[in-house]
Amino acid sequence: MVPARRCLLSLSSSSSLRPSLAKAFVSASSSPRSYSSPAAPTTKRKLNLPIDLNASSYLAQTPQQALSLPELPDSVKSSKTKRLNLYQAINDGLSTILETDPKSLIFGEDVSFGGVFRCTTTLLDRFGSQRVFNTPLTEQGIMGFAIGLSGSGYTALPEIQFADYLFPAFDQLHNEASKWRYRSGGAESFNSGNLVVRMPCGAVGHGGLYHSQSPEGFFLGMQGVKVVIPRGPIQAKGLLIAAARAGDPIVFMEPKILYRGAIEEVPVGEYELPIGKAEVLQKGKDVTLVSYGTLVYTCEMAAKAAKEKLGVEVEVIDLRTVHPWDKKTVVDSVNKTGRCVVVHEASRTGGIGESVGAEVQERCFLRLEAPVTRITGWDTPMPLVFESLIVPDVARIFDGIKRVIEY
Amino acid sequence: MLARSLRSPRLLAAPLRSQFVAAAPKPLSLRTVTTDAASASVGAVPSDAEQPFTVTLPNEVFEAYELDAPSRQLEVTKSQLRQMYFHMTSIRRMEMAADSLYKQKKIRGFCHLSTGQEAIATGIEHAITKEDAVITAYRCHGFAYLRGSTVKAVIAELLGRKDGIAYGKGGSMHMFCKGFYGGNGIVGAQVPVGAGIAFAMKYEDKPNTCFALYGDGAANQGQVFEAYNMAKLWDVPVVFACENNKYGMGTASNRASALTEYYKRGQYIPGLKVNGMDVLAVKQAAAFAKEYAVSGKGPLVMEFVTYRYGGHSMSDPGTTYRTRDEVVNMRSTQDPIQGLRKRILEWGVLTEDELKQVDKEARQLVDKEVVEAEESPVPDTNFETLFKDIYVPGSEPRWTRGRTAEETHYY
Repeated sequence: MVPARRCLLSLSSSSSLRPSLAKAFVSASSSPRSYSSPAAPTTKRKLNLPIDLNASSYLAQTPQQALSLPELPDSVKSSKTKRLNLYQAINDGLSTILETDPKSLIFGEDVSFGGVFRCTTTLLDRFGSQRVFNTPLTEQGIMGFAIGLSGSGYTALPEIQFADYLFPAFDQLHNEASKWRYRSGGAESFNSGNLVVRMPCGAVGHGGLYHSQSPEGFFLGMQGVKVVIPRGPIQAKGLLIAAARAGDPIVFMEPKILYRGAIEEVPVGEYELPIGKAEVLQKGKDVTLVSYGTLVYTCEMAAKAAKEKLGVEVEVIDLRTVHPWDKKTVVDSVNKTGRCVVVHEASRTGGIGESVGAEVQERCFLRLEAPVTRITGWDTPMPLVFESLIVPDVARIFDGIKRVIEY
Repeated sequence: MLARSLRSPRLLAAPLRSQFVAAAPKPLSLRTVTTDAASASVGAVPSDAEQPFTVTLPNEVFEAYELDAPSRQLEVTKSQLRQMYFHMTSIRRMEMAADSLYKQKKIRGFCHLSTGQEAIATGIEHAITKEDAVITAYRCHGFAYLRGSTVKAVIAELLGRKDGIAYGKGGSMHMFCKGFYGGNGIVGAQVPVGAGIAFAMKYEDKPNTCFALYGDGAANQGQVFEAYNMAKLWDVPVVFACENNKYGMGTASNRASALTEYYKRGQYIPGLKVNGMDVLAVKQAAAFAKEYAVSGKGPLVMEFVTYRYGGHSMSDPGTTYRTRDEVVNMRSTQDPIQGLRKRILEWGVLTEDELKQVDKEARQLVDKEVVEAEESPVPDTNFETLFKDIYVPGSEPRWTRGRTAEETHYY
């Protein structure tokens, strides 16, 4: 395996536009810097500082931290750990599935030689071309094929090369996979079985219209499918293994910016993490910050800034499964804090934030001290030059926290 | 017997073995259409640059399916040959400039180059008019330039600058101009769109056609076949044109396609396979295809046999799934630009010095426009730019809130 590289979350390096943007919004002047030029000096920034994932408390930096996670089974708690980044952890998870489940198969565009993001690297050599194989470029075909396989008792692990390419396969997922169990009246042999559709998602700073989208919001209207978005290596491995055994179709979206960026100590053994359950990343009594994927680290920074500058204690929740999301954990938290801010990089309209906001106001109405606030991407396509403008940054989240506190 | 053995648990433990043994790579299908770019014979070449003369293409340039192949004789003029050479050289230079800007990290993200495939864009452009339409996939820089955009606009778009075709909001794949309906990033998605464009032409009784281009990888997308069916059903004057460069991303065509004779894939639509490295063959075939479509005979499926020198995109070195020798061999013996150059010299159309002059013109044009593109400012970093072009101007929401009250954007 390629040794894990220590690096800053490139959200921070791609934030080179931000100081000039902040200025441009007021003065309407244009910046001489291009979207891909080196990062601007950070001396004048107060909030949008580079995010060092290696300092994040949401990633296990030491073996002790990794092994003390309460959700791990006891057998794993006494095992060893290995330092892995996100794509290596996914590779680890996939090989665990292939080792333990002889009926599991991986296929997709270019997966044989490791895939665009190296997630399936070495799997062909280890498990052979009967179990790891390339498909033609045909997303609808891949999805239908996967549903047929998983419906006949196999564990299908198709990869869609980018979440942006999911849409040709959307019909198969929506009308076939998600409803099969329901429309056969629960007959044991007619459902999509163990089906995990993996795909990289999210912004990278320069992916643009067709390579940086976050389409998770589209799944909110798709009942019968679960959507999981891990925030880091430990989560990815555990959730992936659980997904492959869940018996329901699962869309597994991997934030592609974290593939090499997020590194942590990952238990070597086999373990599952619960699908459909959120995780409280840090406790707080004043504001509930709900997010998932890449932006939990931005939330961590915003929560830290809120503590330092406003004296506010923020409770940060990682949804992990964004559909159907864990209402109990979120509602319990908001009933405690009385304030809720939802953060994601997908568009505001039709995003997870709408769903969370509506549920929270319905279930916590009398307890709310301020309107549920959404800090999200704007309602535009994802433009090449403006990715860093679209993705919420620390300042925007901090502003959201400030607004609900001062309301 | 078969059914029983399929149910046996032992077979289930080794899933699909037989199927994948059967699907092991087949030997590369014979390519009777060659990719030789330099042969063709010619009679007397007139001294007047505008006077047409006849060129006879070699035997191996076309292969037809349910169709009488077009004539191998075509009329060209010296100035046309010069222009074709200039166009191909300019595209190559532009792509190399993009390559170098990418390596300098000035262009980021996704960038697909068409080096090696220049003859297709050039040959088609020289066979159609500006009233005809072209729509293609992501390998679109050359098409955009030839259809009427500029090197500056293409490169500025790649760089994410204000003078780019989509104001820097698109980047590679997002190139448009009159008669060119875009590069498209979703594999195969442009094919039914191309059928729709051609249907509009038929509806309006226009004597025009739409070339809907796609790669050998995209040829396996379901919507390509849906487009075939609709186009044949309604005799839509669309030309489905597959650029077969032998690799769909990192997978060789024979590992991804059950039938690699892409010109036969229309089944009930006649097909024509063309040497896509020979710009004159491409021109002749494209002119034939336009004539065929416009005359009311319905769609045609074409296959241009070609080769891409680079990887699928800039992040693909292009050497893990094919040998270096293969690439070197194609570059050195089948290059479309060198092929035309050789013929121009052999036929006495231009002298060595005159060709060098054309090289210089192309170089100067591209270099100048690349500099201008680099000098283009980044787009204004405000909501005006960001929210522009989502809805019909005037029908947008009244205002969009920014981070703070001062940032609220009123349409």
